[in-house]
Amino acid sequence: MATVTMVGGSARLAGARRLSGKLLSVAITLAGLLLLTFLMGRLLPADPVLAVTGSEVDKATYDRVYQQLGLDLPIWQQFLSYVKNVLTGNLGSSLTTGRPVVDDLLTVFPATLELAIVAILVGTFVGVPLGVVAAANRGGLMDHVARIIGLAGHSIPIFWLGLIALLVFYSKLQWVAASGRIDILNEGLVTPITGLMLVDTLLQGEWDIFRDALSHIILPGALLGYYSVAYISRMTRSFMLEQLSQEYIIAARAKGMSRRQMIWNHAFKNIRVQLLTVLALTFGGLIDGAVLIETVFGWPGLGQYLTRGLTMNDMNVVMGSVMLTGIVFLIVNIVSDRLYRILDPRTR
Amino acid sequence: MITDVSRQHLSLGAWLKADPPNGILHSMAQQAWRGCLRFSLHPLGMLGLAIILLVVFAALAAPWLTTYDPVTQNLLERLQPPSAEHWFGTDEFGRDIFARIVYGARTTLYIIMLVTIIVAPIGLLIGVCAGYLGGWADEVLMRVTDVFLSLPGLVLALGFAAALGPGITNAIIAIALTAWPPIARLARAEALSLKQADFIAAVRLQGASRWRIIFRHIVPMCLPSVIVRVTLSMAGVILTAAGLGFLGLGAQPPMPEWGAMVSTGREFMIDSPWVVIAPGISIAAVSLAFNLVGDALRDTLDPRGGE
Repeated sequence: MATVTMVGGSARLAGARRLSGKLLSVAITLAGLLLLTFLMGRLLPADPVLAVTGSEVDKATYDRVYQQLGLDLPIWQQFLSYVKNVLTGNLGSSLTTGRPVVDDLLTVFPATLELAIVAILVGTFVGVPLGVVAAANRGGLMDHVARIIGLAGHSIPIFWLGLIALLVFYSKLQWVAASGRIDILNEGLVTPITGLMLVDTLLQGEWDIFRDALSHIILPGALLGYYSVAYISRMTRSFMLEQLSQEYIIAARAKGMSRRQMIWNHAFKNIRVQLLTVLALTFGGLIDGAVLIETVFGWPGLGQYLTRGLTMNDMNVVMGSVMLTGIVFLIVNIVSDRLYRILDPRTR
Repeated sequence: MITDVSRQHLSLGAWLKADPPNGILHSMAQQAWRGCLRFSLHPLGMLGLAIILLVVFAALAAPWLTTYDPVTQNLLERLQPPSAEHWFGTDEFGRDIFARIVYGARTTLYIIMLVTIIVAPIGLLIGVCAGYLGGWADEVLMRVTDVFLSLPGLVLALGFAAALGPGITNAIIAIALTAWPPIARLARAEALSLKQADFIAAVRLQGASRWRIIFRHIVPMCLPSVIVRVTLSMAGVILTAAGLGFLGLGAQPPMPEWGAMVSTGREFMIDSPWVVIAPGISIAAVSLAFNLVGDALRDTLDPRGGE
């Protein structure tokens, strides 16, 4: 009995140590992220003083603002005050919109989130079955189709495909709406609740605006989704191949189980948890794609906000958007890691 | 039957097949030759290689391939559709798009070569040191890698490119800063598994220094998988570079760069689609080529990694 409790105790201790190690590494990553964004902001070729005052300014005002911004302090003190500001939720204000960056981020982030959700849905519901079928018919027609889709997804620049899609579906066929989230006429008619246009219009029963929003999101969402299909189907295929070569599959086949049941009820069931991690990993690529696809489709999201900040040398906007991206990325990774531990019995 | 090959005059083919090899160099040459033979069995890999060679040829022979200048404007001939005179048409400044594509190959190659030269040694060295030395060196190096990996590649590259100021050299530095962490991770994993190997223990017992083990034994063993990884990541580098160019943070006009060509062609795309089609296909073709070569190299160099 004593040994049993001891084993239990040491397991709990190991668990606690793992958790604290994990927390420490998250804290270090966050600190590194802060340092990285701080350096980016400091390196930007814009003069932060002139950005506040405008280019025509006398020496006295310049010096006053210079001191107010704390630019006369040693660099490490500037970094500490930056950290303090970020931790208290103060990311400064944007030079171009004149609003606090935090407020701006709260309006642009849901737009990107909505796009990412549509993309993940497309990626999952197309990519996973494609990968499973490709693995089940290894070397067959669907396997080649999946391979071509994957190669194209890893090779064709997304912004270019977006332009071609606009050319075909908007300007030639006129199947979809062009840029933005909704038609200008519908702008402001929906009170934001969740910030996700599709959900908000549904909640308020605005069917026409819902259809409008859908016709705006379908093209950028599907294109972004296509890029995750490339990755998800490839990973699903290799996970499935690994499962299908296991002995329990041979046993199931020897028992006379049907092929369909063997693939979906046995092999697929075992890769679901692994797929969760893949979905989390897709997220980074989605953000990269969103930056470009938002520029092409005039989608008022985080990516467009960031690129506009970059071209306008709007330091606070750049630092804030990069910081938010990093934090969201970190959260997605932590959540998927936790879920993996909870769902996979072997890691308990 | 063993014959002494060193004394005979052999044809190159026989020399490459001679068994046993005569010395280390002979053996290495034979191994390289067998690798090439294996690689040539990959039709898709050969296709990729052909595309890359074509791009190299275009970049080297650009002035002889076209009579047009990629930069000089000719507003009388703006937005001409593809014709016998202008194979890919002309852009909004009347510049020949074929000429800009061919000269743009130089920009692309320049980016690829510089990024490879910067990224491969740095990633390899950081990864191998972290993996073999272990302890606090591993902790510190891997935490730094984690920070760089905590941001999606393009966002990080965008941030650096903006901070350093627009321009091709800064874009290359920005891309390099984002491309090394995955290579370091890979090299670390390889070094970790090699560290346990018996032959490393044997070398250590013979009194080899730590750095000698790293540079003479671990690094060469990591090279194949690093080469595969670098080749595959070049496909992504090309897309990132094109993305930076598209967003106006890469090569600056009038320098011919494919991503920037797509970006400026956007406004005229509806009436003159050829201004965006050729540069887009060029980017996709080169990126595809690196993907294909990388896959084939993986099969050739690393039989374990095969699916």
